Amino acid sequence: MENIYLDNAATTKVIPEVIEKINEVLETHFANPSSLHKLGINSEKIVKKARKNIAETLKVNPAEVIFAGSGTIANNIAIQGTVKRLKKFGKRIITSKIEHKSVLDIFSYLQKEGFEVKYIPVDQKGIIDLNKLDEALNEETILVSIMAANNETGSLQPLQKVSKLINQFENLYFHVDGVQAFGKVPLNIKEVGIDLYTISAHKIHGPKGVGALYIDNDIIIDKILFGSNQEQGFYPGTENTPGIAGFGQAVNCLPNKEQLENISSLRDILKDEIKEEISDVIINTPTGKMAAPHILNVSFANIKGEVLVHSLEKDGIYVSTGSACTSRKDKISHVIKSLNLPKNYRNGSIRISLSPYNTKQEMEFTVQSLKKHVESLRKIMR
Amino acid sequence: MNNLYLIRYGEIGLKGENRSIFEDKLMSNIRKAIKPEDKSLKIYKTPGRIFLETTADPQIVKGRLLKTAGLVSFSPVKKLNLEYEEIQESVLDSAKQYMKDKEKVTFRISARRSNKKYEYDSMELQYNLGEYVLESIGEDKISVDLHEPDLDIHVEIRKNHAYVYSESFEGMGGLPVGTTGNVGLMLSGGIDSPVAGYMGLKRGVKLTPIYFHSFPFTSDRAKEKVIELAEVLAKYQNEIDLHVVNFTEILKEINEKCPEKLITLIMRRLMIKVSEKIMEKQNGKAIITGESIGQVASQTLEALKVTNNVPKLPILRPLLGLNKVQIVNLAKKIGTYDISIQPYEDCCTVFVPDSPETRPTIQQIKEGEENLNIDDMIEKAVKEVEVINIRPY
Repeated sequence: MENIYLDNAATTKVIPEVIEKINEVLETHFANPSSLHKLGINSEKIVKKARKNIAETLKVNPAEVIFAGSGTIANNIAIQGTVKRLKKFGKRIITSKIEHKSVLDIFSYLQKEGFEVKYIPVDQKGIIDLNKLDEALNEETILVSIMAANNETGSLQPLQKVSKLINQFENLYFHVDGVQAFGKVPLNIKEVGIDLYTISAHKIHGPKGVGALYIDNDIIIDKILFGSNQEQGFYPGTENTPGIAGFGQAVNCLPNKEQLENISSLRDILKDEIKEEISDVIINTPTGKMAAPHILNVSFANIKGEVLVHSLEKDGIYVSTGSACTSRKDKISHVIKSLNLPKNYRNGSIRISLSPYNTKQEMEFTVQSLKKHVESLRKIMR
Repeated sequence: MNNLYLIRYGEIGLKGENRSIFEDKLMSNIRKAIKPEDKSLKIYKTPGRIFLETTADPQIVKGRLLKTAGLVSFSPVKKLNLEYEEIQESVLDSAKQYMKDKEKVTFRISARRSNKKYEYDSMELQYNLGEYVLESIGEDKISVDLHEPDLDIHVEIRKNHAYVYSESFEGMGGLPVGTTGNVGLMLSGGIDSPVAGYMGLKRGVKLTPIYFHSFPFTSDRAKEKVIELAEVLAKYQNEIDLHVVNFTEILKEINEKCPEKLITLIMRRLMIKVSEKIMEKQNGKAIITGESIGQVASQTLEALKVTNNVPKLPILRPLLGLNKVQIVNLAKKIGTYDISIQPYEDCCTVFVPDSPETRPTIQQIKEGEENLNIDDMIEKAVKEVEVINIRPY
């Protein structure tokens, strides 16, 4: 049996179309897009084309999209740039307890710098408490940052409702980390009223090392990096032309509606069969439309998630505990902690995340392997 | 350009008839450490000291000499012609180098003349050179102190050349690696065992690290971490053979058949058994562990007694006399600490009994092991051990 890669929320396989595009750019369009000569102009066109692709997919203006070195860096540009701009209006900034590390880390830094940070809790399905958000919002609030889809459980956040609450206030920007949702969850960022939206190429079968940030035309944020004028000065430095071109190409190959439904139904097969075949499990991913289609988070009673991950590995199945960014550091992720699971379930979570390239057979094989290992591990780790 | 280093060794000098064996080993260890940088290096001994001549980068040479057990100290030496003016300028240069950021210093000249035909004797050399330094730098900045000088400039006049040196770097001391024998090191991913290995290296042993891997209970990252630790240790003996034992089946069996509170102890006993079998094949003389007294439940004196009861080979525990802070400081010094603290599961943390036995008796352990039927498993583990050859340079 070939490898079954089910860790697509960590990163995805780069698809051949993208590799081909990157190779072409590396070979042909090596010139600096800022150079005055023809070769430079050709490189610039490559960047322009990718920007246009992404803008079209997001249904925004190309001038509202800037490229950055990763989703994490885009989050930094958005969050730090906002508070730098708006700090004269207030000191309160709000986020959720289940954000990606790259957001939480910036907030805890800002807290040390004197900002008043409110962390909104989530319910058992990992969805933020809107009442708590409503209470936390005040005239002093300058930023709300809520992710679109959680990277560990897949839970989708009620962005429309968040936006409505936010709209009662002025001098307050709404940032959304859309890294996990982009390309998988339909979202009209203009209609919802999002001011800043982060996306990343490597989660959609593009290359690593390139992300993008949507900045609404109607808002102004300050710059946090300096050096030159590329990307409107927000992300200075010579453009990563091959990476950006690969990003643009990956956007061209995003799954269509049918493929997304297929991913979602594979996820449901997994979920249903796990529940049926294995005892004492808790599904941490909300059902139906409340979750991104590609993520399933499951907790097994009396199991160590890490050991289960390695056991599946022996059968060529690759999943993860928590998120790749946190799983090395903490024993239990902050997201799983916030779900308030019974004690004997807390260590036993794994995340299975799919792509359009997974099949039904793979799901069935995975469930059988899970069943086998969970049963034998429960016997061993009494 | 060839740089010259004067290398001193201490304890080796005491070893009577074996002395030349120790000296040759030290020279061969130094040669192995520097050779990857300079194929045409020269190394030779004169009574009581070793000279190394090499074009290799002085910083690299320094780093490697300081990792060579048996070496007490070394000095970079300037090799000059016998021209007095040349010697004079070199001595002055050494003083100026040392003065750089200091306001006032004391110094002396220690001269030796084995070449009796030279125009000045050692007393005259000391006097003349000292006077030259005083006059050139000024007595307001530098003065003579024959007993405890800040700077001691050595001048040696030999048959064809003069040697000048003033800096000296302290080495590991101890005995050259490989002079005392081949020893197994039970290497986990923790802080203690690599330090225990280092202590062994200082006493001239050649280490064979043995690691017990228990995939899927321990991650392959834990193994990568141990490989990194072995790479650090390899720098002290130029080459190391890390032995990776697949311990999963044995661990499962212990977990299934033995009383929960004895699991850790029985596991350690079996690890020692496997280690001993591996070392038997390599003419091993002992096994080193990172145990200390009373640090954890498996290290009470009673626990050490039941683990000691297993092997015929002596178990050496060089950390016995150290407390945790001292061990951590040593780990930082040798560069293993930052590797050891990476947070990957090791098998000791996966199967931890809720209340481990801290006062075990041999009788109790024997009964606890009664149902184990693992001779075949041990044979298999020893036979299928994965040997990873690590060369650091």
